[in-house]
Amino acid sequence: MSPIFHTAAVLSLPWWLPSNASVHGATLDRHLLLNLWIILALLTLAHLLLIVGLLRRRTTELKDLWRIEYLPLAILALLFALLTVKAESLWAASRYTGADPAALQIEVTGVQFAWYFRYPGTDATFGVTKPQLVAPGEGNPLGIDPTDPHSADDFITSELVLPANREVDLHLRAQDVIHGFSIPEMRLKQNAVPGHTIHVHFTPTTPGTYAVLCTQLCGLGHYRMNATVRVLSPAEFAQWLATKQKAAQP
Amino acid sequence: MNPHRRRQSIFTTDHRTIGLQYLILALISVVIGTLLSLLMRIHLVWPDWSLPLHGPILPEDYLALVTIHGTIMLFFVLTTAPQSGFGNLILPAQIGARHMAFPRLNAASFWLTAIALLVLLSSTFAPGGSAISGWTAYPPLSAVASAGPGQALGMDLWLASIALFSIASTISAINTLVTIISLRCEGMTWDRLPLTVWGWFTAALLSIIAFSVLLAALLLLFCDRHVGTSFFLPTGNLVNGILHTKGNGSPLLWLHLFWFFGHPEVYIAILPGMGLTSMLLANFSHRRVFAYRTMIATTLLIGFLGILLWGHHMFVAGLNPFASSAFSISTMAIALPASAKVLSWIATTWRSRPQYTTAMLFSLGFVSLFITGGLTGPILAQPILDEYLHNTFFVVAHFHLIMAMAGVFALFAATYYWFPLMTAHRGKPARLMSEPLGRLHFWLTLLGAYATFLPMHLAGLAGQPRHYAQLTGIPGPGGSLSPAGHLLATTIPLNRLITYAAIFLAAAQIIFFINLVRSLRHGDVAPTNPWQATTLEWHPFLHPNAGPQASDVVITVHHTPCLYICSPSGDTFVPQWENKITVDLPAESKPE
Amino acid sequence: MPPTITPLNTEREKKRRIEDHDSGHGRRPPTDKRTGGGGDNDNWNDRPQGRRGPRENLGRARLAIFFALAGDLMFFVAIVSAFFVSQSSGRYNAYNQYINEWLPTVIPPILWLNTAILLLSSVTVEIARRHMFRENDVMDEWLGLGKPITRSAIPWVSATTVLGLLFLAGQWIGWSQLAAEHVFFRSNPSSHFFFLITYTHAIHLFLGITALTVTLVGLYKSRQLETRQILVDCTAWYWHAMGLFWIFLFALLVFFQ
Ligand code: HEA
Ligand code: HEA
Ligand code: CUA
Ligand SMILES: [Cu+2]
Repeated sequence: MSPIFHTAAVLSLPWWLPSNASVHGATLDRHLLLNLWIILALLTLAHLLLIVGLLRRRTTELKDLWRIEYLPLAILALLFALLTVKAESLWAASRYTGADPAALQIEVTGVQFAWYFRYPGTDATFGVTKPQLVAPGEGNPLGIDPTDPHSADDFITSELVLPANREVDLHLRAQDVIHGFSIPEMRLKQNAVPGHTIHVHFTPTTPGTYAVLCTQLCGLGHYRMNATVRVLSPAEFAQWLATKQKAAQP
Repeated sequence: MNPHRRRQSIFTTDHRTIGLQYLILALISVVIGTLLSLLMRIHLVWPDWSLPLHGPILPEDYLALVTIHGTIMLFFVLTTAPQSGFGNLILPAQIGARHMAFPRLNAASFWLTAIALLVLLSSTFAPGGSAISGWTAYPPLSAVASAGPGQALGMDLWLASIALFSIASTISAINTLVTIISLRCEGMTWDRLPLTVWGWFTAALLSIIAFSVLLAALLLLFCDRHVGTSFFLPTGNLVNGILHTKGNGSPLLWLHLFWFFGHPEVYIAILPGMGLTSMLLANFSHRRVFAYRTMIATTLLIGFLGILLWGHHMFVAGLNPFASSAFSISTMAIALPASAKVLSWIATTWRSRPQYTTAMLFSLGFVSLFITGGLTGPILAQPILDEYLHNTFFVVAHFHLIMAMAGVFALFAATYYWFPLMTAHRGKPARLMSEPLGRLHFWLTLLGAYATFLPMHLAGLAGQPRHYAQLTGIPGPGGSLSPAGHLLATTIPLNRLITYAAIFLAAAQIIFFINLVRSLRHGDVAPTNPWQATTLEWHPFLHPNAGPQASDVVITVHHTPCLYICSPSGDTFVPQWENKITVDLPAESKPE
Repeated sequence: MPPTITPLNTEREKKRRIEDHDSGHGRRPPTDKRTGGGGDNDNWNDRPQGRRGPRENLGRARLAIFFALAGDLMFFVAIVSAFFVSQSSGRYNAYNQYINEWLPTVIPPILWLNTAILLLSSVTVEIARRHMFRENDVMDEWLGLGKPITRSAIPWVSATTVLGLLFLAGQWIGWSQLAAEHVFFRSNPSSHFFFLITYTHAIHLFLGITALTVTLVGLYKSRQLETRQILVDCTAWYWHAMGLFWIFLFALLVFFQ
């Protein structure tokens, strides 16, 4: 039922969820829609009860605690419990376990006020970074240590390029302050916290370009700290990756 | 010291005057906070509109606006006015006492609060302006002066202000608790306490617990800023060329400490309002509060659970996913006591044909706004959904409906209801506010509130993040044509609507102020118990103008509050202090 | 609590004015001789407020102190939880080695001595507190036979003050010893907490000493027995609490680093 609601809502409302382009997004949307409809129902019900009660003529006061207080509470408890169970199961599915080993590894670093995306290159491992070496001017915004063999083939992009239908494992890092990495179309949001490397994984489905926003207040440039995700078909992605890696080879 | 000379000075220890001083402080704050919010709204939709005497509003200015708006509104309006303002003005009388337990401490905490406010406002003139890290002040942004304009002196002033405020609130909380526990008059047993008092009581307990923790957190942050410690700063933290080279601090530690305070804080802001609503609904629908004991229980339960769910602000902030689930469950749990309250409110007014005074209208408005704002809570409480909604305007809509608007509605109800007790002071007559103006004010404010904050949900669903200084002209790659720019641009018509509504909402408040000023002088003179209330603040001998000999009279309480009896022989009500019961009660409607 | 017998009814009827400080002494015997048992027509087991005898204001002040200390407890609890968090939090350095910079701060031996001193001061202040409620002296004062209570309490209060100052001096020595070994507040995660905890506790003790001096002045100046009782009693409870907090904090620093 809710997919119908969803499409209906998207068509009817000019402002609604941006289109979803990820695997887990579909279930998330359905659950969100379900919730919205439920609270809409409760909202109208509660207000109806309030208004009807106010309009009808006076009677003696209500006394029946069980019928009026505890029974509805039990129902609400049941309702909220069901929602919780559903929500936790979805959450568990998307967050309890890490990405599978075959997932595409990408390191995302938030810096006032830009996102940097680092691909590990052919050796599939990231070179070490040292904050002392950070020098955006000299094209080393992440402070990659050139002496580390792994870092030779790493390459950094300012736009996140992904293949469709392959799981992506993001290593979220922040250099200076807390940033919020968010791709609305992927229904993805996770803060990048200095001193921690936080993993999130998801699978984009539909090729296209989408927005990356910063959703944690991080200073005066917070509002313009955005980037673009480009989801390509696997073939195009392989091509893109090859060119990038050729360029990266010394 | 003789009481007369004491009265003269503004450093009074008379609890009523202190209450009024708190309310005036809150009123000044709310005006400032409102103006700031309007600037924010206007800048969001007309970014290049430049503020007279200031010039264009820069991104950092916008963030300073948000920060000070949030801080002022939450601390200096919605923590101060209900808890300390009306607390001082009404609480002693409602428990049959004639003064607070510690008058001098009381005055001290007020003046601390006033200084705190001045310190906060003074940060506007600090080089770099006020703090820009929001009312939650997440480090490292708040811990490193180089992180942005306003994060140097401005941030220090913010810290100082909030520290002072914490101390002040703790003191006044202690005062409230001792007053309630040890100054209740004869017969005022715990289950006869008005629910307002229960609200103040629970909020005071929360204040003691929460503000001490906040104070500790502020201390740690201060050390990180000035002593060179690293509680919140990890090694290798590089902010604008300032490299932090040692220590194993974590910003998440601050998040935990802050939200351990932050969540109870928002309940501190609303609990007195809930209590007041229960009492007013019963008062004006001439009914007893439905399920009185349950209401007491839920008040305490909300207070207790409120301590256990701070993590719901951190689902996607780096909290371990298992912890997220735990906090999510405890958060869903708190929806139940809240629902119990809603049910009792509906049941109390059910088929009661209440008397629609302005106070009653605002209480009904509170119920409506609490439901609307509250229901989005359980949505945000589900981590999987919060993953999309966190830090979007959906959250802003949530807390403005349930906290800002519901809280403010409670304040309005209180003002219209207790106005006689505010004006009756030092022999001045008790006056009422104008009802017609009040009703107009109510309907316009209700309309404005919904018109402003309902659309925010849609903006949030569309993905508009919080703390964005601009929605257009994003200089990112591709500008407004970039996916990001496009996503933000789509919400602009909606935001324009919100801004118009906000201006309307704020303008509607002018009526309130006109009514206020007018009624101070020319309001109709009120009888001793204008609302047929049953609680002690309307007791003839506890009335502000009761005269000195009244202080000899022993106040005794005989009933639960809101003992309204509708019987075949007509409706009557028995104030708590009445000894005789005028009509013989039907068996089942005997007072609990 | 002193022994108790039921009050005369005449006393319950007595009117009370808020303005003049009729809180039990002068008007009626200053020792509470009433059962907590109730049974008035409203079967509410308590007496009307304002006429609960000489201990009433004392009870209030105590209550306030206890609430304040509860808040203070939360303050320290927050710091202690931060202690454990940052103690257990390490990081992976560039070469993927797990490193935790936490190296325990050696406790200057003198802190043991200070602890002993603080415990001793708790004893002295408790003796002072007990003196304030000695039945006979209280009666003597009520009968206007001088201020025996003040006389017996002052030495103990002053002793406590001296011990408190000694403790602070000892702490200061401890800090300077650490400074000599180049251990400072900023040095290391564990030193952060060592100094944070000792400093904050020292500040609390300093407040306590201020309270003690105020108490001394009060003992000299105030003629109202109750005022003096409140001063000494509350200061004593605060002092005990600081002693207790110190035991826990010290144990934390010694055994849990
Ligand atoms: C009490 C709390 C309160 C109140 C009343 C308001 C009132 C308003 N707020 Fe605010 N707001 C916050 C608390 C509040 N806000 C907080 C905590 C934040 C987050 C800050 C942060 O992120 O750091 C925030 C953030 C915030 C934002 C988000 C900015 C961003 O993230 O980009 C916006 C944007 O539109 C906004 C707008 C408004 C508007 C239009 C009002 C209008 O409603 C204003 C109209 C005013 C009234 C209707 C009140 C009139 C009341 C009286 C006159 C009562 C006086 C009576 C007595 C004192 C007895 N607020
Ligand atoms: C007064 C203040 C107040 C109150 C009472 C609440 C109440 C609740 N809040 Fe809210 N909240 C805030 C103030 C408040 N909140 C603020 C200020 C923020 C933002 C902080 C910031 O980031 O700046 C916030 C943010 C916030 C978040 C974090 C969102 C995010 O940042 O991503 C969450 C998540 O769980 C949440 C949940 C809840 C819940 C579950 C309740 C529950 O208590 C709600 C309970 C009420 C109900 C459930 C409605 C009951 C009615 C019914 C059930 C209808 C009955 C039906 C019939 C009669 C038929 N709140
Ligand atoms: Cu980066 Cu906001
Ligand atoms: Cu919360």
